[in-house]
Amino acid sequence: MTSDRIEKQTTLRAPVARVWSAISNAQEFGAWFGVTFDGPFVAGQRIVGRITPTTVDPEVAALQAPHAGKPFDIVVDRIEAPRLFSFRWHPYAVEPGVDYSAEPTTLVTFELTAIEGGMRLVITETGFDAIPLARRAVAFTANDGGWTHQARLIGLYVHGHDS
Amino acid sequence: MTRSSVRRAADVGAPVFAALGDATRLQVVARLSAHGPLSITRLAEGGDVTRQAVTKHLQVLASACLVTSARAGRENVWRLERRGLDDARQVLDVISREWDATIGRLKAYVEG
Repeated sequence: MTSDRIEKQTTLRAPVARVWSAISNAQEFGAWFGVTFDGPFVAGQRIVGRITPTTVDPEVAALQAPHAGKPFDIVVDRIEAPRLFSFRWHPYAVEPGVDYSAEPTTLVTFELTAIEGGMRLVITETGFDAIPLARRAVAFTANDGGWTHQARLIGLYVHGHDS
Repeated sequence: MTRSSVRRAADVGAPVFAALGDATRLQVVARLSAHGPLSITRLAEGGDVTRQAVTKHLQVLASACLVTSARAGRENVWRLERRGLDDARQVLDVISREWDATIGRLKAYVEG
C-alpha cells in the first residue's frame, strides 16, 4: 500500500440496478452512508448535504448522532451508469468552523463489475499525499468528541504501539 | 477493527486521549507537526503560554508517548513521536478501516 491511495474491494449479492442506484442516487447513498442531500448528484457539480445518522446500523447511527446536521460537502466527479461513480471531498474536514475549500481534496471512486451472483465493488480513494501533514495532525487530534477522529486516534494508538 | 478491540484500545488508549484533550497541547502537537523539532523556548514564542506551562504540557504528552526530547546543544528539542501520530501509512490504515465499516453499511443496504 502506498501512502497516497486506499483501495477496498467487496462483493455485493444484489442485482446491478439495485447496487447502481444505491451508489449513484443521492437519497439512497445518504441512507446507508449517513447523510441527507436535498438534490441529485450531477457530474461536475458540488453538493452539500447534512450528516444524518445512517438507517442501516443502529450502533453506527448512535455514534453519528452528535454530528447530525453538520455539513457534508462533496464535488461529484463522474457518473457513468452502471459502472462508475466518483466524487472529491476533504478527507480530514473534521474541525467545526474551518474553511477547507482552498485545501487539496481526495478523489473517491466506486467501480462496479458484474460477477456471478452479484457485483464486485472496488472503492479507491487517492490524493492523500497532497494533504499537508499539519492538517492531518490537527484533524486527528481535534477534540470535539467526534466519532471519526476517535476511531482514527484509537487506530493510530494501536498501530503506533503494536508496530 | 472489531468492537472488542476498539474497547481494548480505548482502555489502554485513555492516557493518549487525555493527553490530547486540551487545546494548548493540541497546538503544541500541531506546531511540532508543522515545524518540529522545537525547543521549549520556540514553542512558547508568540503564544500566551509560559515556558513553565509548555514544559508541563510536554511532560503530559511525553507520558502518553506522543512526544520525545533530545539534547541539542544547550537545550532540549522536542519532536512528535511520529510513529504514533502522523505516519501517513498508519493514517491510511485507519481511514481504510472506516471504509470497511462504510462498505458494511452499503452491503446491508443493498442485500437487505
